[in-house]
Amino acid sequence: MADSASNGAFVEFDRVQKSYDGETLVVKDLNLSLPRGEFLTMLGPSGSGKTTCLMMLAGFETATHGDIRLGGTSINNIPPHKRGIGMVFQNYALFPHMTIAENLSFPLEVRKMGKTEREEKIKRALDMVEMGAFGGRRPSQLSGGQQQRVALARALVFEPELVLMDEPLGALDKQLREKMQFEITNLAHNLGITTVYVTHDQTEALTMSDRVAVFDDGRIQQLDPPDTLYEAPQNSFVAQFIGENNTLEGTVKEINNGLALIQLDDGELIDAMPVHDSVKPGARTRVSIRPERVEYNKDRIQEGAHTLKAEVKEFIYMGDIFRTRLSVAGNDEFVIKTRNAPDVERLQPGQQIEIGWLPQDCRALDA
Amino acid sequence: MSALPPYATTGQRAWYYSFRVICGLIFFFLIAPIMVVIPLSFNAQDFFTFTKEMLSFDPEGYSLKHYRDFFGNPDWQDALWNSVKIAPAATLISVSLGTLAAIGLSQPHVPFRRAIMATMISPMIVPLIISAAGMYFFYSRMGLAGTYWGVVLAHAALGIPFVIITVTATLVGFDHSLTRAAASMGANPVTTFYRIQMPLILPGVISGALFAFITSFDEVVVVIFVGSAKQQTLPWQMFTGLREQISPTILAVATILVAISIALLTTVELLRRRSERLRGMSPS
Repeated sequence: MADSASNGAFVEFDRVQKSYDGETLVVKDLNLSLPRGEFLTMLGPSGSGKTTCLMMLAGFETATHGDIRLGGTSINNIPPHKRGIGMVFQNYALFPHMTIAENLSFPLEVRKMGKTEREEKIKRALDMVEMGAFGGRRPSQLSGGQQQRVALARALVFEPELVLMDEPLGALDKQLREKMQFEITNLAHNLGITTVYVTHDQTEALTMSDRVAVFDDGRIQQLDPPDTLYEAPQNSFVAQFIGENNTLEGTVKEINNGLALIQLDDGELIDAMPVHDSVKPGARTRVSIRPERVEYNKDRIQEGAHTLKAEVKEFIYMGDIFRTRLSVAGNDEFVIKTRNAPDVERLQPGQQIEIGWLPQDCRALDA
Repeated sequence: MSALPPYATTGQRAWYYSFRVICGLIFFFLIAPIMVVIPLSFNAQDFFTFTKEMLSFDPEGYSLKHYRDFFGNPDWQDALWNSVKIAPAATLISVSLGTLAAIGLSQPHVPFRRAIMATMISPMIVPLIISAAGMYFFYSRMGLAGTYWGVVLAHAALGIPFVIITVTATLVGFDHSLTRAAASMGANPVTTFYRIQMPLILPGVISGALFAFITSFDEVVVVIFVGSAKQQTLPWQMFTGLREQISPTILAVATILVAISIALLTTVELLRRRSERLRGMSPS
């Protein structure tokens, strides 16, 4: 899936820029290519340019600069209705004056398809999302989750090769959202459709995608499969944005044998992986450590781990895990997560403990 | 209106009752002049006042002679025919142009939207006599004065503001992601307009059409300036009737026009409610 050689790419953004007012760039120099069949998520905070990218791909916005290619041909000058791209909108955008079956029939009628063929495809699409019994209803008679399914069926009924989804699960409650995440991923993979999915929900991005493009400030900050993104963030923004993260600030002392020696601001010296290009002796850096990679039970701290003193500020019992907030090296917001097990000690606020982590779990990023 | 709560002060009580009186007075002044016309139109005499016989509900005092006059008199029949020819044509033009203008002006990227909107609405605000005089001179230069199409165009110009206002109001609630969705499904802009946008803004278009129709059907000032004897419409004939003949036939005509207006409004309102119910929107 990581193969994105430009000759095998199905969707390609080539040095794309977008500005609405001619001065500030909303999208700055975007390069992205995805192969056929990939499920790619554009993840980022609002205003990061992810929705603009999706709209440019759909044809509702024009790129100020650069080229967008679909199947090798530039689509800059092709109007949206000739691109043949399916789309699911945030508010579903079902036509309120048509029944569900008429909604699904619309893209087929536009393609001058015969009645029997239309009915067959509508039935298949509705069955696919388990909405077969609802063809005669109107959108206003359906619940949010059902409307969501219909919107999905409508985007797929004319069998597009590429489907775009703009935060389609944003309006659903948590339980339904998790169910739909699973269903959408399954459908996309079973049908072999290339999908570009936009969301600001990182859990959604991690659970659904083959690859995630993390957007910030009009640029892709990192483009990687979910596990790489979580375990090996390339910069502070990605480390902070994806999952929970602990940050310690300091200065790089020296780099030896692939490990950076960092002096934290309270004087403590720790080893970390030098990840970011800016990590050079004398430079400021932020060290990122995931909460679940920190141990406090003496017999669980592995050999070679770096240990240091910490004070317990807060201990929260969450059932499957314990979430403990500590004061570490001057940082009062240092969080660790420990799996609930019989041999794990339950801590008290004010308690002095020793924590430890392995240097390879500790990543020195840009300041 | 809710009932007076037990803790209401004297001031609130006074306002509670005076509010009702004021509302009643407003309705009275709006409706009384029209209601008076209806019984008078059945007057057996050629008077504009109630006769003794009418007030004592003597059947002798009532007759349909003014209605007979309206349907038998060629002057009135020509006028009716002219109105029936002019109003629908003017309505059609108002609706087409007004709807397109409203859709265009609802696009956020159109420059000077407010200024253009104000210009198009101006026929509603400028005193009619000024519009009429202006149209007279303008249409004379173009050879349109005194022609059927001249009157139709003049009435269309008067009707357009109503269509723009009603259609703009429905467009405020229109979800533009619907047109985007249609485009993503392969529908070209024309198909999208007729199959998606038009059905959804139809209630506004119909209300606008109704106002435009009634404007043309009731209009007297502009038609006197722009039209000629060949385009003498019903209101014009009524005006002439008042000035020259003082015939109570105009009371019969007025009654018929009121009846037509009420029927038209009721039909459209019922249709609108039905279509909104079908679409699952709440009737407002």
